[in-house]
Amino acid sequence: MMTFAGFKDSFLWYSFKRDKIAIISLLVLVLLVMVAVFAPLVAPYDPYDPEMIDIMNSEIPPVWEDGGEKAFVLGTDSQGRDMLSTMIYGMRVSLIIGFGAVALQAILGVFIGLFAGYHGGFLDSFFMRAADVQLSFSYLMVAIFMSAILQAIVGVARFGEIAVPFLILVIGFSQWPQYARTVRASVLAERNKEYVEAARVAGFPSAQIIIKQIFPNTLSPILVLSTIQVANAVMSEAALSFLGLGMPIDRPSLGSLINSGFEFIFSGAWWITALPGLLLVILVLSINMLGDFLRDVFNPKLYKG
Amino acid sequence: MNDTLLSVKNLYKHFDISGGFLDQIKFSQGRLKCEKTWVKAVNNVSFDLAAGETFSVVGESGCGKSTLGRTIMGLYPPNGGEISYRGSRIDGLDHKQLLPYRKKMQMVFQDPYASLNPRKTIRQALADPLRFHNPQLTEGEIKDRIDEVMLQVGSDPQWISRMPHEFSGGQRQRISIARALIVDPEFIVADEPISALDVSIQAQILNLMMDLQQQRNLAYLFIAHDLSVVEHLSDRVGVMYLGTVCELSETGILFEQPRHPYTQALMSAIPKLEGGASTHVRLKGEVPTPINLPSGCVFHGRCPYVNQRCIDEIPQLNRLDDGRQVACHGVEEGRI
Amino acid sequence: MSTLLEVKDLVIKFALRTGEVTATNGVSFTLQKGERLGLVGESGAGKSVTGFSIINLISKPGYIASGEVDFQGENLAKVSDERMRSLRGNRISMIFQDPMMTLNPVLTIGTQMTETLHQHNPGMSQDEARNIALEKLRKVYIPSPEKRLAQFPHEFSGGMRQRIIIAIALLTDPELIIADEPTTALDVTIQAEIMELLMELCETDDMGLILITHDLAVVGQVTQNIAVMYAGSIVEKGATSQVISDPQHPYTQGLIAALPQSSRQGERLNQIPGMMPTLKDIPPGCSFNPRCAHVMDVCKIEVPQLRVGKNGNLVACYLYPLKKEQR
Repeated sequence: MMTFAGFKDSFLWYSFKRDKIAIISLLVLVLLVMVAVFAPLVAPYDPYDPEMIDIMNSEIPPVWEDGGEKAFVLGTDSQGRDMLSTMIYGMRVSLIIGFGAVALQAILGVFIGLFAGYHGGFLDSFFMRAADVQLSFSYLMVAIFMSAILQAIVGVARFGEIAVPFLILVIGFSQWPQYARTVRASVLAERNKEYVEAARVAGFPSAQIIIKQIFPNTLSPILVLSTIQVANAVMSEAALSFLGLGMPIDRPSLGSLINSGFEFIFSGAWWITALPGLLLVILVLSINMLGDFLRDVFNPKLYKG
Repeated sequence: MNDTLLSVKNLYKHFDISGGFLDQIKFSQGRLKCEKTWVKAVNNVSFDLAAGETFSVVGESGCGKSTLGRTIMGLYPPNGGEISYRGSRIDGLDHKQLLPYRKKMQMVFQDPYASLNPRKTIRQALADPLRFHNPQLTEGEIKDRIDEVMLQVGSDPQWISRMPHEFSGGQRQRISIARALIVDPEFIVADEPISALDVSIQAQILNLMMDLQQQRNLAYLFIAHDLSVVEHLSDRVGVMYLGTVCELSETGILFEQPRHPYTQALMSAIPKLEGGASTHVRLKGEVPTPINLPSGCVFHGRCPYVNQRCIDEIPQLNRLDDGRQVACHGVEEGRI
Repeated sequence: MSTLLEVKDLVIKFALRTGEVTATNGVSFTLQKGERLGLVGESGAGKSVTGFSIINLISKPGYIASGEVDFQGENLAKVSDERMRSLRGNRISMIFQDPMMTLNPVLTIGTQMTETLHQHNPGMSQDEARNIALEKLRKVYIPSPEKRLAQFPHEFSGGMRQRIIIAIALLTDPELIIADEPTTALDVTIQAEIMELLMELCETDDMGLILITHDLAVVGQVTQNIAVMYAGSIVEKGATSQVISDPQHPYTQGLIAALPQSSRQGERLNQIPGMMPTLKDIPPGCSFNPRCAHVMDVCKIEVPQLRVGKNGNLVACYLYPLKKEQR
């Protein structure tokens, strides 16, 4: 749709080149995502491999503290796992859940928003009221409720295996109204434009008009929303895991890592909680900064070309 | 008029703007009522259009002229009346049944910046409808048709891989016309196609439309507010006020001597190039809302010749000796 | 007659991200007291920018690069913002295309009018301000003005709103009104009324009017003099009737010939080929040369100055000889 040459002339690229925060955020984010994707190659140890864990190595501080060891740059946790490797793998889990949940939200929300917005009437009222009801529940409440049921059904031991899809489903389903509302709003704006009427005059069926004509014009708000939603989903996952409803400690995400270190924070082993916490902040901050930048660029009120 | 292409009979289009159920509840005369609010955009409009003819609908904003055009095109379902195309009813047809007529009836829109999808190349804008209606065409044939139409509207076929934002308003309007022409229609509704363009570009687009009419024997339903353009281009003109046609006539006769008091006021307001003393007929008051139409003649509140009959009775279009139709009691009675 | 406003060699530039573009290139004109001048051109010709520059309302990337705007001995291109504010809406008023842009939707007409008065006359009593507001509303033929003062802008129709805008512009008895496409958003019948009103007001109060519009016919009805702009320059100026009945510049000729009124019914219109260049790619020499039927070699090299045409119009075109004593 947009050629590379077109992109180089675009307002997006122009603004990006002049926004230091956006450039730094993107670099940080790309670095973190690459590290997460190539975790088995990057991480010095495999935290999932019991062979490589020695309980004798537990609670070694980072290298710059007294008692630090060169083998464990960022120290180890209470089970003797290398912090750096555990954090890299944890971030990987967090990002998988974040992106997965957002993909689910987006598919549901965009689909509902497009059709509800274009057709209006009963369908529209029904889904928008459903969205209101959905948003009036806290996702935490839903997650606690559902994980309790699920753990009762499959048992706590097996729950760990299905935790990732479970978290994706819970976070995905609880946040679809964000997409549905945003998409519906832009569909309502686009629906009465003359190019849509021209497509109707040409005789295209409505499903084709919605997907081929209107959908491409709602991409900008979807893109802006997606960045914010990825950050939110990562945070939600961390919150759930911190509360013990998410990833189990043998396959930790950033949230469960923070949780696992929490009891040691006053016994001096601050790094088990603080380092994953810092990584979470950097990850979420860089995504949010990028989202802010995109919002500023795409906001037509601020747009001065 | 033996070769009737389009025939509109007693067409009504009312829009429900009452909103949700709670908005409809009203309290009147001590009782709760559930009441709908209607905008009566088009009321009892009838006219015929011959093949190759240009019929213009003029009127001020809010008179229902655009709604009329869109209802004819099937963008809005009518609330009453008949629309026939070459003798067969096309109102109330479903999507599939309408398809053969979609090729014959096309539309050109007012705003050249909104009428092309900003995310589609010109090639997509032109090829999509063509391929949709003629799935048997090969890629080569589609390309040939696009090239031919682009040339015909005075655009360079080399431009088709560009996006709409790379073009000026006049160029976009040419491409909009090309999009309408690509399915080879015989009737085009042109909704204010030049009012968003600059003067020197307006002339280019008008010339293009006249040339295309000659080459392809197109019929136009030309919707406009600019009377000088209408006078120049149309064979016949219908003047609309508040959803009804008040005068319908051949262009020359109408502009020479308008008969309906509203037409007279409208024509006197056209600024003349030569300047000189203004002969502008001032109307009292303002256009009433189409939600509560006045009783009788919709123009009676502003008409200088109003009498009791105008307030009570809705005037019908009557044919005069010179062939024009006027909906006015005063003209019928010989008062005006 | 004395001079009210003199614009000399006004150059307005816009600093865009792709580089600097020139919006007006040496625009000059004078306005006598009580004179009505039409500034005509197509979109992008620089007519609105010229109008805005007089009251220093050019928005951000644009700026006055050189030239003078002499209003009663003051160079408005150089005065302080504070001084400009005391002139703007006081001795010089502005009327915009969209009345809703100028009117505050949450304040009554009365409040907006009296506030404008207090802004420029801090000592004025409430009663006095109200009386002036009523007087001006009567002047623009608003029926039952006492009742209207308490109403909000959305309770008025488009034509009425534009009348109120004119009444607000009149509040301080300005010497000059700049009207930017005041009737473009209105219907023909209302346009005719507003134009008649503007003309009448200028005549009774001896006000100067700069009418910025694309509509030659409207200018023909209202103004005494006319300046035709093309791609940032004035290409022709003179008495309105002269310019319209006997245009000298090929662009003006083309513009008038392109109007449907100028050709017989059903015939092709006389179109000008091509389109106006964007500010980014104005051709060297005369900016009209790629579209001109009379183009000569010199047109592609040098920008023509204004010179006297056959009937006394000032024309920027090499078709007419340049006289020595011209100034």
